[in-house]
Amino acid sequence: MMPDLSSLCRKGLEALYPDKVKITVGRATCGRASGAEEVYQALLAEVKERGLDCTVATTGCLGFCQEEPLVCVQFPGKPRYVYSRVRPELVKEIIVGVINQNMPRKRLLGKVFEDEVLITGEKVKMDDRSGDRSLAENPFYLPQVKVATRNCGYIDPGSIAEYVARGGYLALQKALAQTPEEIIQEVLESGLRGRGGGGFPTGKKWDFARKSPGGVKYVICNADEGDPGAYMDRSILEGDPHTVLEGMTIGGYAIGAHTGIIYCRAEYPLAVATLREAIKQAEENGFLGDDIFGSGFSFRIEIVEGRGAFVCGEETALIASIEGKMGEPSPRPPFPAERGLWGKPTNINNVETWANIPPIIMKGGKWFAGMGTENSKGTKVFALVGDIKNNGLVEVPMGTTLRQIIYDIGGGTGVFDFKAVQTGGPSGGCIPASLIDLPVDYEELTKAGAIMGSGGMVVMNEHACMVDVARFFITFTQDESCGKCLPCREGTRQMLELLNKICAGKAEMPDLELLENLALAIKDAALCGLGQTAPSPVLSTLKYFREEYEAHIREKFCPSGVCRELFELTIAEEACRGCGRCAEVCPQQAITGQRKQPYRLDQDRCIRCRACLNTCRHKAIKVVPPRR
Amino acid sequence: MNLTIDGKTVPVIDETTVLEVAQREGIWIPTFCHHPGLPPYGACRLCVVEVKAGGRPGLAASCTLPVADGLVIETNSPRVQRSRRILLQLLLAVTPGSAVVKELAEKMGVNTTPFEINEQENHCALCGLCVRVCNQVGAHAIGFAFRGTRRRVTPPFGKPAADCVGCRACASVCPTGDVKFTEKGDRLFGENWGADLSLARCSSCGRLFTTEYLFNHVKTKLGPDYSAAKLCPTCRRRSTANVMTGSYLGKVR
Repeated sequence: MMPDLSSLCRKGLEALYPDKVKITVGRATCGRASGAEEVYQALLAEVKERGLDCTVATTGCLGFCQEEPLVCVQFPGKPRYVYSRVRPELVKEIIVGVINQNMPRKRLLGKVFEDEVLITGEKVKMDDRSGDRSLAENPFYLPQVKVATRNCGYIDPGSIAEYVARGGYLALQKALAQTPEEIIQEVLESGLRGRGGGGFPTGKKWDFARKSPGGVKYVICNADEGDPGAYMDRSILEGDPHTVLEGMTIGGYAIGAHTGIIYCRAEYPLAVATLREAIKQAEENGFLGDDIFGSGFSFRIEIVEGRGAFVCGEETALIASIEGKMGEPSPRPPFPAERGLWGKPTNINNVETWANIPPIIMKGGKWFAGMGTENSKGTKVFALVGDIKNNGLVEVPMGTTLRQIIYDIGGGTGVFDFKAVQTGGPSGGCIPASLIDLPVDYEELTKAGAIMGSGGMVVMNEHACMVDVARFFITFTQDESCGKCLPCREGTRQMLELLNKICAGKAEMPDLELLENLALAIKDAALCGLGQTAPSPVLSTLKYFREEYEAHIREKFCPSGVCRELFELTIAEEACRGCGRCAEVCPQQAITGQRKQPYRLDQDRCIRCRACLNTCRHKAIKVVPPRR
Repeated sequence: MNLTIDGKTVPVIDETTVLEVAQREGIWIPTFCHHPGLPPYGACRLCVVEVKAGGRPGLAASCTLPVADGLVIETNSPRVQRSRRILLQLLLAVTPGSAVVKELAEKMGVNTTPFEINEQENHCALCGLCVRVCNQVGAHAIGFAFRGTRRRVTPPFGKPAADCVGCRACASVCPTGDVKFTEKGDRLFGENWGADLSLARCSSCGRLFTTEYLFNHVKTKLGPDYSAAKLCPTCRRRSTANVMTGSYLGKVR
């Protein structure tokens, strides 16, 4: 069946810009966690009750997790209102605003005056630019350049027509008219590198797989996103599944594969359901199947749900898992491009990498390479989380500095000082505040002792203990180690023992040396990427925060006030303004005093829960060494 | 195709590993999970060598590293030694009683371990030799279960090994002596696998010599050509000798 792009596009535009009022709710997992479902149901009920002639639609995630649930209201031809932190109580006000054509100002995040379709460059202008703040000028969105997440939060992920209306499947049509070599050349020129963590040039990977002899080949989408704090792949799958399908089909054509497999973690039920629906619609409309666009090329995509192990994100373990074996890495070489799934040449890229393919094919490799730094091209999606004002998914050009990401977009860390940012998940490292002007790209992050990884960014303020942070990540990797190779299994276990000892104040200085040597040996000797990078959190914190380790060992003192046995809290009289907020939050009634007078903290009642520490805006709560 | 190992350039052929080349050249590389008769596994990492050029630089396990033209390998660089020493210390902590590990450690000048010693009864180091040999035998009675530090070797679902043939190959390859079999009367117990097998008697001398299961397993493996007589190795030798000398003497006559 020949896909009918123009009629789909027409249908999609009608759905995107209907001639009646359209209310859209961001119903991806992040929205749901903040109560988007209740808001959606309340909207449906309210619309029904009042007999309103308007559409209540679904979309993915706009990236601004801090402000979820997000609701958009669009009058035909008018700017779109975007409301943040919408609760069911606000729904009535919004509906009344729709009826009276006088929208409430409460929780109005901004207005959208223009939609730009990245693929085609077309702009949809919505006139009436009144004095309202534009969403695009919100500091959170202003520096962002959306390529991989271009459709997230704009289209209904369950509608292939809306995807087509935003330039979807044009790239596939274009690619199928080219030779596979031309496509690989385009991807090479774009400088796109693997967004899953390895950072290997995608074009080169495709080239290896294409040149690998064999009639049967596979492409795989790695959707086993597992880094703590990273969720960009989920957002893309839930918000714009077709871009992944389109990217994979182009990749399949380029390397000569006819089957694609999406290995999606089972903990993402919404993503799996969204993908299933998207595959169905793509098949029905002739974007997947036999003889796509009359090119003679056939391609099908299957979903395999993950088996719940972090290590299955490692490509050889992922392949083993698809084959029904234990999710365990095996040595490379042979690389999957030579001998992969079922022993056939296989190309694996992660979700974000695939999502970048359609724009690269449509707009050209040069366009993509025009963004970013010398060796890291294009944009990257980061999951900005932790002690930061604006949590969310941000997509910025490579080379954007940490300062821009954390302060301009993220809005900073509030009254408490920024201490470090952990990038790249459990395989990554901690970058200290002194490197705040570091341009973020593959090379710079590696040089700083961290990695790009999948793009997790956990921001930490002055109250984070770096030894404890290292311990958190080692706990994670030792739990997720498959246990096959000795250095990873036993090494991470022993690293955790040592870190526990340090955090409990029971370690001596030789333990620190042992920890470092052990970390270096694991890094060198482990079998797979998980083991080789498992010591990174330890090595990077040792590099930048060694004095904190030493304080734990020599002085038996945790200067950040995290390791419970190694600190006490006290109120500095000169800093205390007597506001009493600390006393309000103290669960032990350990803090007493009178307003406008310095408060006092009773050490015997204090359980060091840190509630006061995190509450005091005047930084009057001090961390001091414990009395012996 | 040539590779350079410890400064010596030697010819190599495809489909061999760096460990095999080293052994051929008389270069000692410590191994623990390796057995020449079994597929390489790369779990203990003791055999790491340093790739200096011609491949991805850094350490790699020589047992799973295929040879490549122009590969430059150092088998005992300081970086290799540092890792091996730590690995041996880790092994000593896991399986403090193993003679194999102690001997390896002594050879590397490691006498004690700074790490927390495993005080459990089970000292299995998860080298996987038993699992691999069991697969090689064709029984597939045991495998790995669980991950990380909870990983262990077990028959399916932790139930008594229904497919154990009682060949005891697992016990013979185990470097820590953790795999145990005991005979009691005419029964053989595979303690680790919960196997309970009946022993077969030699039809000639009446001695218990193998398990019924293994005898039948071998019979099916070898097919109809195999003489089905239930004979112990001694009696089988005698019987074969009789047949051979008989036919020889027959020809002479």
